[in-house]
Amino acid sequence: MSDITAPAYRPFPTIPKLIPGAMESKGPYVANEKINTAIGFPGALVEDWHDKTIAKMGDLLSKYRSLKVYMDACVHCGACSDKCHYFIGTQDPKNMPVARQDLMRSVYRRYFTLPGKLFPKLVGARDLTKEVLDEWYNYYHQCSECRRCSVFCPYGIDTAEVTMAAREILDSIGYGQKYSNEIIGKVHRIGNNLGLPQNALQDTLEGLEEDVKEATGIDVKFPMDVKGAEVLLITPSADFFAEPHIDSLIGYAKVFHATGTSWTLSSMSSEAGNFGMFIGNYDQLRQIAMRIRQAALELGVKRIVVGECGHAWRVAYSFWNTLTGVGDGADANDRFAQMLQKQLDHRYKQPSHICEFTWDMIQDERLSFDKSKNDKHIITFHDSCNVARGSRMGDYAGGQFEIPRNIIKTVANNFYEMTPSTTREQTFCCGGGGGLLTDDLLDVRVKGALPRMEVLKQAVDEHGVNFMATICAICKAQFTKVLPIYGFDRRVVGGVHQLVSNAIILGEHK
Amino acid sequence: MSAMFAILFYLATLVFVVGLIHRIRTYASTPAPLKIPTTPAPTTQAGVVLRMAREVVFFESLFKANLWTWGAGWLFHASLALVTMRHLRYFTDPVWGWVELIQPFGMYAGITMLLGVMGLWARRIFVERIRYISTPSDHLMLLLFVAIAGSGLLMKFVSHTDVIAVKGFFQGWMHFSVQPLPADALLFLHLAAVALLLLIFPISKLLHAPGIFFSPSRNQTDNPREKRHISNWAQSQEIGK
Repeated sequence: MSDITAPAYRPFPTIPKLIPGAMESKGPYVANEKINTAIGFPGALVEDWHDKTIAKMGDLLSKYRSLKVYMDACVHCGACSDKCHYFIGTQDPKNMPVARQDLMRSVYRRYFTLPGKLFPKLVGARDLTKEVLDEWYNYYHQCSECRRCSVFCPYGIDTAEVTMAAREILDSIGYGQKYSNEIIGKVHRIGNNLGLPQNALQDTLEGLEEDVKEATGIDVKFPMDVKGAEVLLITPSADFFAEPHIDSLIGYAKVFHATGTSWTLSSMSSEAGNFGMFIGNYDQLRQIAMRIRQAALELGVKRIVVGECGHAWRVAYSFWNTLTGVGDGADANDRFAQMLQKQLDHRYKQPSHICEFTWDMIQDERLSFDKSKNDKHIITFHDSCNVARGSRMGDYAGGQFEIPRNIIKTVANNFYEMTPSTTREQTFCCGGGGGLLTDDLLDVRVKGALPRMEVLKQAVDEHGVNFMATICAICKAQFTKVLPIYGFDRRVVGGVHQLVSNAIILGEHK
Repeated sequence: MSAMFAILFYLATLVFVVGLIHRIRTYASTPAPLKIPTTPAPTTQAGVVLRMAREVVFFESLFKANLWTWGAGWLFHASLALVTMRHLRYFTDPVWGWVELIQPFGMYAGITMLLGVMGLWARRIFVERIRYISTPSDHLMLLLFVAIAGSGLLMKFVSHTDVIAVKGFFQGWMHFSVQPLPADALLFLHLAAVALLLLIFPISKLLHAPGIFFSPSRNQTDNPREKRHISNWAQSQEIGK
């Protein structure tokens, strides 16, 4: 790990030259038998992996229109070719989105299209060999499923969908990734990605209550498993333990306290993250999300609010209604969804992002702030990929960009934007998303962070920025790790509700 | 020769129509189990129609991606559309008014079409990244369009062919009667290339044309919280739960 260094900043963000094979490797650690079988996958690479792979691919092509259309529609125009942060940081041509897709498309053409069956060389089709499979494993774990390529593709081809399909196929033949599959096992077994048992969680929350009391003199509660609470907060488990995540958790609690909102966490469902999405497995995605439904039903809550976590918000916003019925607008005869939707209060969006909650309260003038408390911070905002390109906040397209910025500007005085071609829907991934936040992938994580670090450096030089706010647990963890490698202080990264926490005035409620 | 071309065009048209319908059916009947529009996305159906229209007519996303590719690509596609419409004069008698109207533009569109193709080809050859991802079929596809546009332009501006006879051939062809085609190598090349294009359309990357309309990241409405979206295979998992 010590030999991993940051690539040099480019004087101008020019398109890098290709270095074929730059990131050839065995890929991240492969999941062992115990990890795989615990979540229903074959323990190790199955004997008939070739036929199973082709069969699984056929199955996915019939279940996902995205995959089917994306396999056919690409014309190799190259629009996406310079848009991936992993390509920019590694210069490996197989990290160009189109080339990453072609790793699978070449096999698709060989086994599922007439020209590929007749003239494989002509159309770039190839047989599925063990080498091809290994290449899939390596390069489909150098994609963070951030969707930046899909913004620029004239057909909207989303490499994330291809990566998800590839990982789903690999899991189905016993060739899954240790990091993601181990975490999924923990959620099923314990209820959160970090594997924090209920009593440890309880201790942490009590400790937090003491800390906040000490710092502010006010009894801010961190309630757990309270039946009949209005709000169920589902937040990434990193918020309970990791720095700087925990400061945002304190921020949420203060917002609930200051607005007199009754709220609760759930010990059974103590995770917003859902790595089922990373591995593209609908059943895992659904099973993990079902814990939230179960907690909501058991606790009888009226609202479900999600903490600062990028991919979790994509899953919550875009998929929860589909997977578990957390949302609105189910058919009258849809008993599964109606059961929960009847319980929820539809004056509010279900689910809501914590930023939506806080911003609503700010607009209702139920919160007040001392902005000067954030004066030591010169702030910029890093849009997290899954929030930016896979979800929304508020009532209008693009609310996911405005609402967090509005909150920051309400609670702090110094705010500067980073270069526009790297924010909002064109934001660069932190480099650690999509199941890559593991030390065995640190090299690609550091290189993938290059585009964001370059732009941050520019903001630091031009405006003296010393705080990059973000609303994603993975972004926070990734930047904490890579910032020092790029010569920044690790505390440059923090949460939006960390800033809220600094400035909020808690006086009126005791 | 005339009979051969008549048969070739029946075959090509059949493959094109049946193949394309089959593909479109496959796309339409394959479920999209999750809401995956690339956001920010329109929150209404009307907004989606607008987004798709901007994408299809102006290549909005490509414009954001790369101005050179956009310029050459848009020039090529817009010219091709004009040229294709102009060719309706061979299939209509009397020629429709609006086809008459675009006739002068359609002639020059052949030139801009060729320019567009050459621009795209230059990128494919000279830009390292795009050369890397190109397959032989990518080059041959461009060659095919160069052949179509080039032979057409040569007949228009250099070595005229008997267009009255060509029209007679296609008028007859539409009524299953084989009329004589002028014996002209350029014309044969032109027609053979167009027939080949029709033949490979449903099995090649030309499927990007129908594909974009079925792309979930572009054609879905951003309303997952307001309306429950569920596919049949996913809903079947909920029975009894």
